[in-house]
Amino acid sequence: MNKIKCALIGSGNIGTDLIYKIKRSPVLEPVWMVGIDPASEGLARARELGLKTTADGVDGLLPHVLEDGIQIAFDATSAYVHAENSRKLNELGVMMIDLTPAAIGPLCVPPVNLRQHADRVEMNVNMISCAGQATIPIVNAVSRVQGVEYAEIVASLSSKSVGPGTRANLDEFTYTTSSAIEKVGGAKKGKALAIINPAEPPLIMRNTIYCLTEGTPDQARITESILQMIGEVQKYVPGYRLVNGPSYDGNKVSVFMEVAGLGDYLPKYAGNLDIMTAAATRTAEMFAEEILAGKIKLKTVEVA
Amino acid sequence: MSESNLKGRKVVLHDMCLRDGMHAKREQISVEQMVKVATALDDAGIPYLQATHGAGLGGNSLQHGFALASNEEYISAVASRMKQAKVSVLLIPGLGTMRELQAAYDAGARSVHVATHCTEADTAPQHIAFARKLGMDTTGFLMMSHLNDAAGIAQQGKLMESYGAQTVYVTDSAGYMLPADVTARVRALREVLKPETEIGFHGHHNLGMGIANSIAAIEAGASRIDGSVAGLGAGAGNTPLEVFAAVCERMGIETGVDLFKLMDVAEDVIVPMMDHMVRVDRESLTLGFAGVYSTFLLHAKRAAERFGVPARDILVELGRKKMIGGQEDMIQDTAMTMARERGVVTGAA
Repeated sequence: MNKIKCALIGSGNIGTDLIYKIKRSPVLEPVWMVGIDPASEGLARARELGLKTTADGVDGLLPHVLEDGIQIAFDATSAYVHAENSRKLNELGVMMIDLTPAAIGPLCVPPVNLRQHADRVEMNVNMISCAGQATIPIVNAVSRVQGVEYAEIVASLSSKSVGPGTRANLDEFTYTTSSAIEKVGGAKKGKALAIINPAEPPLIMRNTIYCLTEGTPDQARITESILQMIGEVQKYVPGYRLVNGPSYDGNKVSVFMEVAGLGDYLPKYAGNLDIMTAAATRTAEMFAEEILAGKIKLKTVEVA
Repeated sequence: MSESNLKGRKVVLHDMCLRDGMHAKREQISVEQMVKVATALDDAGIPYLQATHGAGLGGNSLQHGFALASNEEYISAVASRMKQAKVSVLLIPGLGTMRELQAAYDAGARSVHVATHCTEADTAPQHIAFARKLGMDTTGFLMMSHLNDAAGIAQQGKLMESYGAQTVYVTDSAGYMLPADVTARVRALREVLKPETEIGFHGHHNLGMGIANSIAAIEAGASRIDGSVAGLGAGAGNTPLEVFAAVCERMGIETGVDLFKLMDVAEDVIVPMMDHMVRVDRESLTLGFAGVYSTFLLHAKRAAERFGVPARDILVELGRKKMIGGQEDMIQDTAMTMARERGVVTGAA
């Protein structure tokens, strides 16, 4: 079967983990990895796994895009360079999956709104944040049953799994995730809290989701909707697990989740990183399936 | 005890009643009460007082409870009435943001504790730099300091200083530390920080060590001490400030506050406000003994009632699981898991 060829931009933990997930996909094939440091471990690993590599940034990839038939690129660099990376690749008709907090394209949480994005043939979709991927499905599971006045999520991350980029820009993480709880989760108002815990051995990612419903919560229907949604997420993140709840207290619904990773390149406790790479892979697969079935055709983006 | 070697040392007191004390009041201190307490503290010569939600800026949440007013309302009501005291705020990155710091500054806050867990200072550079840009008196506040050793605290404090912090605090959030623990950490900070960078200590009284620990901090080089009048704060409360002021006076440490006025504030204003006697009781002692974040106290008591598992057992388990400040959600989660494992059946789902 034909596979859609992909490029990975950024040779850090996320980019390297993506190689493994994409390699497993029946519809995706990782072909290029782009870094900026010739000595990076990620690039060396990519070469071992049979990918072509460049340490010259996106510009090192551009001349090969057409001849190698690259159609989808994953950007795991930083919000600061994403816009430029996206512009250059979109011009060549490559669709971008953005794993940075740049969020210049529509926000995507696969089980909630991936279908819409694929139907619209969006050329850039953003994966929000790890906390967003882990919690917004639950917020949406409540809001599709009953109005949610306010949703609040608490993400606990192991210290070892939080890189320097996130640490130095925690406010962006907060703003991006809060806004996505509203836009994608469907809550009227959203708030995101992040806790970084240094315990050894590292703790598995935990997420707590609180929703305040409009009126008394319809417990049976909300619980059913949440369990169904958890099943949807488990299709691409098997370690997505309900620990406690849903618990009801007045109009407050509380759900306590845990996310263990697959342990591909990243350790299992780093479910926060794994859920990002898994969601990004799932997103790319949906686009790839549509392209392969001839239902959608990526278009080059004219730059104004 | 003589006036000893600390005679003439100057120490800046920072009152926490209207921030840490919010925890002990389930965030239910009114704007009027805040103004009453703050003006009394101002009149007693307290140079800095903190006034926000217990969890600081951005604290209003389901996780931490909703206060009776917004932080901006509290700050502006208090700041506009101060004759000499500066109003400070708490900012924990991951919860509060720079937008909220700007709003607090606009409302009149002029000092900030930028707080991280004691190993995660590198989540604060943006916020510390921004506070300095605003011209605020800026502190790097290393919470749960017992969970990092002296060398580690020194290294984290150095990071805070490099971002622009003018003061670095050893923060005994769990009230777990003993004087020797405080001495080691403050001394290690003093060795690596620039001479002009101040060191502070923030204690909790869960083992009854708030005052002894604060004195140990001063001996090792600290010049700022947090406490709260009558000890109104999380857990068994903060270092009771009027008691500490009295000890300082006996030892010849200069605080600049009026001791008798401070005693009157404690007795006439703060104690009548308390919903429960803030003291070392079974649960708050458990916090100090097990090294658990003091704010967990009332949450654990509520979870105990709801899920039928003793609060002390929940707190010990939270300590074993190495939960840190901000993880209040894990209290209910832990209580539910324990109730299930113990086969406790309660009405709550």
